[in-house]
Amino acid sequence: MIINSRFFNRTELIGFVALALLLFVILPLSLDIFRLNLVAKYLTYAFVGIGLVLCWGYGGILSLGQGVFFGLGGYCMAMYLKLEASSVANTKIQSTPGIPDFMDWNQLTQLPFFWKPFHSFPITLLAIILVPGIFAFIIGAAMFKRRVGGVYFAIITQAIAAIMTILIVGQQGYTGGINGITDLRTLHGWDIRTDHAKFILYFVEVVLLFGCIIAAQFIRLTKLGRILVAMREQEDRVRFSGYSVANFKIFAFCAAAIFAAIGGAMFTLEVGFMSPSFVGIVPSIEMVIYTAVGGRMSIFGAVWGSLLVNFAKTSLSESFPQLWLFGLGALFIAVVLAFPNGLSGIWQDYVQPHIDRLLASRKSKPGNGFPVADGAPAE
Amino acid sequence: MFGDYSLSDLGAIFAMQGFAGLILFSVYVLMALGLAIIFGQMGVINMAHGEFMILGAYVTWMTSSAFQQYLPSLFPGYFFIAMCLAFIASGALGMLVEWALIRHLYKRPLDTLLATWGLSLILQQAYRSVFGAREVGVELPEWMMGSWQATDAIQIPINGMFVMALTVLITIVVAYVLFWSRWGRQVRAVVQNRVMAGAVGINTEKVDRYTFGLGCGIAGIAGSAFTMIGSTGPTAGQLYIVDTFLVVVFGGAASLVGTIASAFTISQAQSTMEFFLSGSMAKVLTLLAIVAILMVRPQGLFALKVRK
Repeated sequence: MIINSRFFNRTELIGFVALALLLFVILPLSLDIFRLNLVAKYLTYAFVGIGLVLCWGYGGILSLGQGVFFGLGGYCMAMYLKLEASSVANTKIQSTPGIPDFMDWNQLTQLPFFWKPFHSFPITLLAIILVPGIFAFIIGAAMFKRRVGGVYFAIITQAIAAIMTILIVGQQGYTGGINGITDLRTLHGWDIRTDHAKFILYFVEVVLLFGCIIAAQFIRLTKLGRILVAMREQEDRVRFSGYSVANFKIFAFCAAAIFAAIGGAMFTLEVGFMSPSFVGIVPSIEMVIYTAVGGRMSIFGAVWGSLLVNFAKTSLSESFPQLWLFGLGALFIAVVLAFPNGLSGIWQDYVQPHIDRLLASRKSKPGNGFPVADGAPAE
Repeated sequence: MFGDYSLSDLGAIFAMQGFAGLILFSVYVLMALGLAIIFGQMGVINMAHGEFMILGAYVTWMTSSAFQQYLPSLFPGYFFIAMCLAFIASGALGMLVEWALIRHLYKRPLDTLLATWGLSLILQQAYRSVFGAREVGVELPEWMMGSWQATDAIQIPINGMFVMALTVLITIVVAYVLFWSRWGRQVRAVVQNRVMAGAVGINTEKVDRYTFGLGCGIAGIAGSAFTMIGSTGPTAGQLYIVDTFLVVVFGGAASLVGTIASAFTISQAQSTMEFFLSGSMAKVLTLLAIVAILMVRPQGLFALKVRK
């Protein structure tokens, strides 16, 4: 149901190709495996960002609880990996062999029931999608059917993020507590700690990311995407036109949750552990910030935002730990006050016109006016 | 879970936990009052509210150190001066922030949330740079230490009673200012109908600035009171911000009575459960209950009936 438009228009196609070139070719060729792994870690937040573009940028629903879904996806994956790492042979020194080490330390003698399904890889993959999806559906259905929205929804999702962290930290025996689930080794018998595995996982992740970008672009271009925008602008009019506003909101929220969960699962694989510090209030807000900096209306902007803010965070907090928080805070305020559409807004307003002019004057040589590095809406 | 305790033990437990809950209640009320003014009346989401509270706490700490060093004879009374200073410092910073930041964002409430979050990061780092990352504690004057033996089994700390008395006083003052003073009427007029309020000659920008300043100032007093019962660190404000927002939302955003009632319910539920369950589970259950109730009744406990 694509209305009156090709899947990507020309500028979007340029953005898509530039991003693909950067992620598939330039970064893997130019970075060592440690840095590439860091990029992979940053990109896991891009999944969350894409979800937020749909849900917040297009739907106008600000969720401050995306960390919950990121964490749920990550924990589902971590539970599977942990069970594989704690086979009877690996854990024979424990008082109860065959259960994860932290359970043994907390005097648990058998595997809790909700861990059992995670022995199976297909069920785990299903759970990564379904658990956050269903959870988001319950929250969304409860809130949007009663027409809770805007600020109240943001505060309640934030409270849910707080609850989730406290619960994970408090129930140490079942969740690994504040340390999270650590010491993960193999995925279906394949060692994920080697450099080679990290290299392959990076490509798996980038492919998944592009899958999500295309899915999000598809949602954006269908009638559904138009209704989301209409709802954001004039909710009542959409309702009076006979659309069920709540159902569309629930869909956007669930889609965002599932994207976040995929990101979380990849995070566990890339980084090798999952802990409550990626679930709570602070990481959830940071994810919103990546999206805001990249541009809440732009799918590619969300990817760029996650990459650049995290890159800045790593390099600045390595060299100037004192300044980093000042910088981050100032960045937020500047983006919100001066550039509500983030980097992609700046790109569209200031850089795009020049490129268009350049392209128009050099029609004979298309593809020449935009070297790939300029594809970044950053500069 | 009640099986191991005799009836009189249980009575004492409930009384003492109830009192511990009352202290928590006081802090919640003081924080939530400021937030209820800013969020409930003005509709601004101030994520930096906790940091304004911590500013008040640091001001109190500095005042107490200064008194210890230069005016030891007046030390027993330092708290009242510290409280005024905390109010002025937080209120002034609040007015500055309103002028520089918030007034550009009145039409975009979700963006205020992000901008004030940025502000809270900056303030936290500023506190860390200036006061150090370690928590600081205030030395209490002698008359505030010790406790009052109500019965054999029940002990009530004096600083707790002081904080409660302070809370009652401030609540009354705020209620008076908002509901009976001329300025409070202007605030409510601006909230209810900005255009008309402007048309009858109220300087709406000035009212906004002072309202925001008042809310932040009360947060400063909350921080001042907070030093009586706990120590202060750069990130202590963040621990309370979600709870405080829930208190305000749960009570019904525009209602002061609702704010107080919900602060009471939440703090009592939490501290009573804390005795029987672990602290984290008590908190989880309390928060879950609030979220569940808010899903059924999104407008909060005490909501003005308005036609939407």
